[in-house]
Amino acid sequence: MQPFGPILSRALGVAALGLALVVPDIARAQQAPAADTLGAVRSRGTLVCGVNTGLAGFGQPDAQGVWRGFDVDYCRAFATALFGDPNRVRFVPTTAQARFPALQSGEVDVLARNTTWTLSRDTSLGFDFTGINFYDGQGFMVKANLGVRSARELDGATICVQPGTTTEQNLADWARAHNINFRPVVIERLEEVVGAYLAGRCDAYTTDVSGLAATRSAQQRPDDHMILPDVISKEPLGPLVRQGDPRFADLMRWVHFLLVAAEEFGITQANVEQAAQQDQRPEVQRMLGRTGDLGRMLGVENDWAVKVIRAVGNYGEIFQRNLAPLGLQRGHNALWTEGGLQYAPPFR
Amino acid sequence: MADTTTRIQLETAVARVPGEASAPRKPPVTATGFLGWLRANLFSSWINAAVTLVLLYLVVRWVIGFVEWGILNAVWSVPAGQTQACREVQGVGACWAVVTEKHRFILFGTYPYEEHWRPALVCALFIGLYVVSAMRRFWNWTLVPIWTVTLTVIGILMWGGVFGLPYVPQERWGGLPITLILATFGLAFAFPLAILVALGRRSQLPAIKAICVLYVELIRGVPLISLLFMASVMFPLFLPEGVNIDKLLRAQIAIILFAGAYLAEVVRGGLQALPKGQYEAAEALGLSYWQKTGLIILPQALRLVIPPLVNTFIGFFKDTSLVLIIGIFDLLTAGKTAIIEPAWQGFGVEVYIFVGFIYFLFCYAMSKYSQNLEAELNRHRRR
Repeated sequence: MQPFGPILSRALGVAALGLALVVPDIARAQQAPAADTLGAVRSRGTLVCGVNTGLAGFGQPDAQGVWRGFDVDYCRAFATALFGDPNRVRFVPTTAQARFPALQSGEVDVLARNTTWTLSRDTSLGFDFTGINFYDGQGFMVKANLGVRSARELDGATICVQPGTTTEQNLADWARAHNINFRPVVIERLEEVVGAYLAGRCDAYTTDVSGLAATRSAQQRPDDHMILPDVISKEPLGPLVRQGDPRFADLMRWVHFLLVAAEEFGITQANVEQAAQQDQRPEVQRMLGRTGDLGRMLGVENDWAVKVIRAVGNYGEIFQRNLAPLGLQRGHNALWTEGGLQYAPPFR
Repeated sequence: MADTTTRIQLETAVARVPGEASAPRKPPVTATGFLGWLRANLFSSWINAAVTLVLLYLVVRWVIGFVEWGILNAVWSVPAGQTQACREVQGVGACWAVVTEKHRFILFGTYPYEEHWRPALVCALFIGLYVVSAMRRFWNWTLVPIWTVTLTVIGILMWGGVFGLPYVPQERWGGLPITLILATFGLAFAFPLAILVALGRRSQLPAIKAICVLYVELIRGVPLISLLFMASVMFPLFLPEGVNIDKLLRAQIAIILFAGAYLAEVVRGGLQALPKGQYEAAEALGLSYWQKTGLIILPQALRLVIPPLVNTFIGFFKDTSLVLIIGIFDLLTAGKTAIIEPAWQGFGVEVYIFVGFIYFLFCYAMSKYSQNLEAELNRHRRR
């Protein structure tokens, strides 16, 4: 007979040991959600960036486990502006439900996670959005052979939609406003909802246009599917920070403007060094820190802009690298000079 | 041995009926061996025969289909990111290329690529730890240093920061090590907790009893998902400023508390199954409460509840995958994330089969071991 008494005490010993192993991690706890976010990030030496747990083109780990994507490049740009090094950033994957508490509690410093800028999030949740890096909107995808050319023709249709997000509500609001009857097929998981649409269980599939484009481009024959021109909601996506440290929010805001302005001035990852030395345009000289003191005003080195663009490229390059492979067009996200909405205030 | 017995029986039979001396005859070939077994078990009546044939047809068809899909028509590898070959065979052949390309991500998540030997070693250490702990030869004090050293080494390997290993923050851990950490620590901590709670629930002291009942009922009354949400979403907001407990640790504590409540009820079942005489006999020997519990009661009670214990263990090993809802990249989440990339969308089945196979290996090993353990520990009960 094996006495279990010693086993019990042994198990307790193991338990105590495990506790000893994990406790140091409490001591290594992250900084406070203090008002001085900038100071906290500086003293820690790395930026903690909340990203999506996995969204094609915006934020997902590749086969090597390295984070890639549009929002991820923004995190790298923020880190470069702060520390001059795109690698001094830690990516914390956050789910749709956990993202806001993660930012509120200080688990992450900045959330770059395709989050829609809304009034309530800006005010009652206590956040500051620092710009719109992607103008998205909810749209519909149908099979090309359905013969539908506009969302208004979807009366009586069956529409696949994912629950929980604003997507479902937008759809209901829009249908009521336009007096359209539809039957929703609500499916939680992306792969299953797409599968249902492809299998013909619904006539149309609705989500943000960026998501539709990504799904469409992944199909064997993308031309069999058509994204309808109607966009039924505004989804301005952008990075956000906690309220309470305007200097940190300013820096995040101007990193975005820098990326947009760099594209406008034709400054790319390849030519930024050269432009910093030779470009004669006064605003470019100020922006790249050759003249003036703009960097110091933001609380960083004057050559921050050169380092950021060298690390991640300008807005157009980031878009091209991450979103163009999904088949996304610039659309609203073209520069204002090209009929889009991306516009940066002057660097002076 | 069976032959000898038969012969002995036959010889006695022959001896009883004198005069009919004849060589023992073999039974007809249709009643013995494989054919006999088939006849008795699968074709004993025409209904059974029909069912057998239909099922046989389905099984064979399914196996042929699976072999065709999974092996003959399968694509085993493609050049990086070029999934055209896979798209062409979609529906008729498996695209194992997705596993070939992404297996390191599925197994180790976002852990730095060039450091993957560390989580790999950690998985090996965990498995070694399980094997050693499972051997009865080691069921003595040597387990304490073995666990101490192994868990320390695992901690050093995962975090690094010493002995020239680069530091890897927790949010980069992922894949199989996360699943093993959550399961091992979860059950290693929950089990002693469960024993204490089970004993507490049968205690004569009203306060202790009330606390234990409250704990079990509160935890059992909510789903694990809501506990994990509580741990990951609500809990950080209650903490004072400047304190921020690691996300993995919060999930781990939630799992320990949850598993503890369920295991406590299993253990309590064992305690109640013991005849009262055992308690009284132990008391009559003058044993103290802890001597009685440790030497007489628990060894018998735990042995009784091995099947439900293992059932709960296996359940919790798989329940660790629920941490996906709070953004921790365990094995299943890593597998799901691997197929988000547009190039690989639509090859979920292959990834799920791969991940499912890993889960199966661990669960089946647990189940098999518990069968042996049960047989061995209950040898005295068999007649």
